[in-house]
Amino acid sequence: MPSPDDRPLHALSGGAVRRSLLLIGRGIASQPRTFTIAIVASVVYGIGLVASGWLLGRITDGVVLPAIEGSGVSTGSIWLAGLGLLLIGAVTAVGVALRRIYAGIGALDVQAGHRRAVTRQYLRLPMTWHRRHPAGQLLSNANADAEAAGGVFMPLPFALGVLVMIIVAGVAMIAADPVLGIIGVSVLPLVLVVNAVYRNYMSPAITHVQHQRAVVADVAHESFEAAAVVKALGTEDFEERRFAAASRTLRDANIAVGRIRSVFDPVIDLLPGLATLGVLAVGATRVAAGVVDTGAVITTAYLLTVMTFPVRAIGFVLGDLPRSLVGHDRVSRVIDARGYLGAGRHRLGDAVPTDEGLRLDLDGVGVRVPSHDADGAATEADLLTDVTFSVPAGRTVAIVGSTGAGKSTLVDVIARLRDPSSGVVRYDGRDAREIADADRTGAIALVAQSAFVFEDTVRGNVTLADEVEPDGEGLPVSTGSGYTDEQVWAALAIAQADGFVAALPDGLDTVIGERGASLSGGQRQRLAIARALIRRPRLLILDDATSAVDPLVEQAILAGLRRSAGDVTVILVAYRTATIGLADSVVHVERGRVVDAGTHADLLGRDRGYRRLVTAYQRGREEREVAR
Amino acid sequence: MSATTPGTSARIESTSSLGVLGTLRAGLALSPAMRTGIGVTLALAVLATAGRLIVPIVVQQTTDVGILAPGGVDVGLVLRLCGIAAVGLFAAAACTTWVNVRLFRAAEAGLLQLRVRAFRHVHDLSVLTQNTERRGSLVSRVTSDVDTISLFVQWGGMQLVLSVLQIAGATVAMLFYSWQLTIVVWLAFAPMIVLAPKAQKALNVAYGTVRLRVGAMLGRISESIVGAQTIRSYGAGARTQRRMDEAIGEHRDAAVRAQAFASLAFSSGVLLSGLALGAVVVVGTLLGIDGDLTVGGLLAFLFLVQIFTGPVQSATEVLNELQNAVAGWRRVISVVHTPLDITEPDEPTPAGPRGPAALDFADVTYTYPGSAAPVLHDIELAIPAGARVAVVGETGSGKTTLAKLLTRMMDPDAGSVRLNGVDLRDIALADLRSRVVIVPQEGFLFDDTIAGNVAYGRPDTDADGVAAALERLGLGDWLATLPLGVHTDVGQRGEALSAGERQLVAIARAYLADADVLVLDEATSAVDPATEHRISRALAELTQGRTSVAIAHRLSTAEAADLVVVVDAGRIVELGPHTALVAAGGVYARMHATWISASE
Repeated sequence: MPSPDDRPLHALSGGAVRRSLLLIGRGIASQPRTFTIAIVASVVYGIGLVASGWLLGRITDGVVLPAIEGSGVSTGSIWLAGLGLLLIGAVTAVGVALRRIYAGIGALDVQAGHRRAVTRQYLRLPMTWHRRHPAGQLLSNANADAEAAGGVFMPLPFALGVLVMIIVAGVAMIAADPVLGIIGVSVLPLVLVVNAVYRNYMSPAITHVQHQRAVVADVAHESFEAAAVVKALGTEDFEERRFAAASRTLRDANIAVGRIRSVFDPVIDLLPGLATLGVLAVGATRVAAGVVDTGAVITTAYLLTVMTFPVRAIGFVLGDLPRSLVGHDRVSRVIDARGYLGAGRHRLGDAVPTDEGLRLDLDGVGVRVPSHDADGAATEADLLTDVTFSVPAGRTVAIVGSTGAGKSTLVDVIARLRDPSSGVVRYDGRDAREIADADRTGAIALVAQSAFVFEDTVRGNVTLADEVEPDGEGLPVSTGSGYTDEQVWAALAIAQADGFVAALPDGLDTVIGERGASLSGGQRQRLAIARALIRRPRLLILDDATSAVDPLVEQAILAGLRRSAGDVTVILVAYRTATIGLADSVVHVERGRVVDAGTHADLLGRDRGYRRLVTAYQRGREEREVAR
Repeated sequence: MSATTPGTSARIESTSSLGVLGTLRAGLALSPAMRTGIGVTLALAVLATAGRLIVPIVVQQTTDVGILAPGGVDVGLVLRLCGIAAVGLFAAAACTTWVNVRLFRAAEAGLLQLRVRAFRHVHDLSVLTQNTERRGSLVSRVTSDVDTISLFVQWGGMQLVLSVLQIAGATVAMLFYSWQLTIVVWLAFAPMIVLAPKAQKALNVAYGTVRLRVGAMLGRISESIVGAQTIRSYGAGARTQRRMDEAIGEHRDAAVRAQAFASLAFSSGVLLSGLALGAVVVVGTLLGIDGDLTVGGLLAFLFLVQIFTGPVQSATEVLNELQNAVAGWRRVISVVHTPLDITEPDEPTPAGPRGPAALDFADVTYTYPGSAAPVLHDIELAIPAGARVAVVGETGSGKTTLAKLLTRMMDPDAGSVRLNGVDLRDIALADLRSRVVIVPQEGFLFDDTIAGNVAYGRPDTDADGVAAALERLGLGDWLATLPLGVHTDVGQRGEALSAGERQLVAIARAYLADADVLVLDEATSAVDPATEHRISRALAELTQGRTSVAIAHRLSTAEAADLVVVVDAGRIVELGPHTALVAAGGVYARMHATWISASE
């Protein structure tokens, strides 16, 4: 299997023009059939427009003028003329429809392709990468940026068709009369130049509006999130003023954009009008001189009117390109990100029965990350240094340390959410990096402090498997995971979550998360614990996983765990003394190093830092007693 | 903990049920600035539109009177006509600019009013503090929904106004040349006029589906980001990818469908233009043969058809944007039209002198909207001024509801909550908020410094004042551990601080608020013992000399209280000092015993 690291870079390189062409070329190449149909349809549309102008001139000279002047034109040819115009209209309409439909499909497919590529990366890249990137940014990479990157493909076929149309129209006008033709054709570059100047003024103004919109959204978001504080302190007026100030700046930015539009739009509309007048004036002199006939004047004037709007399509593409390039760059930064944790191939548990706990050994584990010193200069920091300890199968070990001691990094390394920079983590004696992903995730369950809940049913959240549709009699055939409802309920019961789940309107089928029922922090944690327990892991890591749960409930969960989970190896990160008391032994970590390891009682006796840490709570109580 | 009570209190409808015109009326009523000078703007718009008719008229005149003049081409006349027309075009362009600027200015001024009004209304509603899940959607009411209207005004609204005028102007001009041909043109577009409302409705549904799919897709994608750790720990990558691919595909399909539908609607306009043009040539020539129309008249008519069909064709686009804008407008209006559940008293009663206040609950019952049974039944409770009270009880017992009633986040169904004997509903809200302050479980922190956060809402307190306050709360040693002291940035939502440190800031904030009554909603989450110790010390200092009611999760709080209130299933089951309750051997004594064993 080739490593994903070997893929060519998604980012575009070179100057602006080269990058634009690459972007367009790559997009078209990704959907060749769709874009070919769109472009051909657009060309048909462009030629149809010109043809209607040309035909109108021919009809004026050949049918209308002679007929009205009484030169005896047959009624049949009059009808034929009308039919001809209708026919061209029909062809043009089909061209428009196909162009728009297929351009839309192409653009949306490019967009969806980017979304798939980006989200694959989200799943593949390690936690360390995720922690470096704010969720909002990643979400907008998959949403707004993917959309922007595909944005240019919507007007692109139109513009390409228009390009063909301009050439044909130019030829038609010059063929009708070279002098009038040159007046007509000269409008096109003028429109493009004005458009370019327009964009020049417009882009910074729009960027400013977009920025200001984000500012207003930030203020609103923060203010609403702070609602409880605002209510508590009665600062609604203060918040209103803050929001109004941001909104006023946005208003001014919007008006500035409006002002630019107000000036340029009429100017662009003015150009073909003036050119038409020029064609008429010059045309009259040339008709007087007998050089051209009236039809040529009409053809040129009409073509000018028809072409004004389509010509602006080229401007649309030129205007969308910078936005698409920026979107593509931002999407590429995700797609080109590297640093996957390599996948091992070895099986876990060939040698030992699978219902036995996992043996865990850390041997000289260190984690070093890039950092900045006080002056902002790049340096490196050690999150963990030479951490060595073992957890025999079936034992429970508590990891204790103050805030920032390195407990979370340690948990990451143990669960292989990141690899150590030095040293080795071993599962059942084998380097964690050599173990196949599926075996690791099957044997190890990590419950984090901030329990994550999917927008899914309670059952789906516990089993993390897709449910099979009910059979003909309305009975679920099975859950895709092979977990029965009894097993789900059993896991929920140990996690002390069966009570509130039973009270939910649809029990296990209640949808929770974003748009479903809301759960409290403690309920989320209990659900996450059930999710871990149902897998019957061989190593269970509870990273402060019961922090939002009542101490009473926590005791019940841990007691149930001891009873039911049998030989599972457990690692606890905890603060509460009672929780720590459940562990067979304790590892005390400070500043990324193991300070001491042993039983709770041993450490209380010989490790002063440990004693201070775990007894601080009681001390606080005693001090108050004394004060009273 | 306010678990599983979604949709409590006043609901904000997802959208108002107003029609398009009703929405415009209601919207304009909320944004009076939008109507400023509308008469002048419209008059100018008529002039601007008239300018678009210049070219066809000149085409007719030059053809009939100039080029096809009986005595040969009258070049002088044509040049004069063109010169006058050019001046007219410039004047019309100037008018258009002027109209645009006036329109933008009025519209944006009106939208500013709407935005700020909706924002304030959201704060005045109690939903925000009740239902945290819907904050995101409320933010969009004052941001993207208003932006949709603004975008429409900028790109579509102007076009809509000018298009309507242009169609009207072209029709008048066409009537001037030939009423028969005018009828022909209108007949050609008749199918569109008949089918447009239906097509519009279908388009609406199609784009509505797209918006829903975007929401669903973003939900799925955010799982892969926010749930990254869980997905990795459980090897749920393949399943998550499948769920995302599904949502991405569904969005793509819905968007393609809507797009195709819009394309067909648009191209039908092009087809009808062709029909109109053909019909005008045929009927016009026949009329010309009968002497009812000149050649120039027919030519002018052909140009007028272009001027007429242009806006009709783009109408499908503009109307679509209009629908979006109206939908956005409706959503904002529905916020402003949601009645306030907590209202100012008509005649506020002063609630006695400042200083520790007495509180009492008289026969209070409360039921969350939409739920069948009350969460609190007949609560009778008197709290003397200056007492420290701890409310204990299991999750869902109703103790948080008690706190919400006390701070008037909502009003009881029956009975009353009183401060110094005055019903909370009779106290001016500003007065009440300055007297009763709640310290929430998760004190929200703004992206600012510690000083900025502690002094939030009190700009008169400077950094030194904050430092002094922290010192008095016994937090000087904590402050010393911070790199920049009170000037340390707390990061977004205070994420640069630990959960415990965030609580310290919230306590200091309440301290500066200097209230008579403090309601402490204690955090359940365990924090490291050193911080825990600081919190207890600061709380002790904070509650000194005030009445305090703690929704207690910590044993220590109940122990330290003068009065312990035990709530179970919405009723007060035990009441008294800690020692007495422990001695009584009831519910509290049992809780205490388990607590002791759990925390030692």
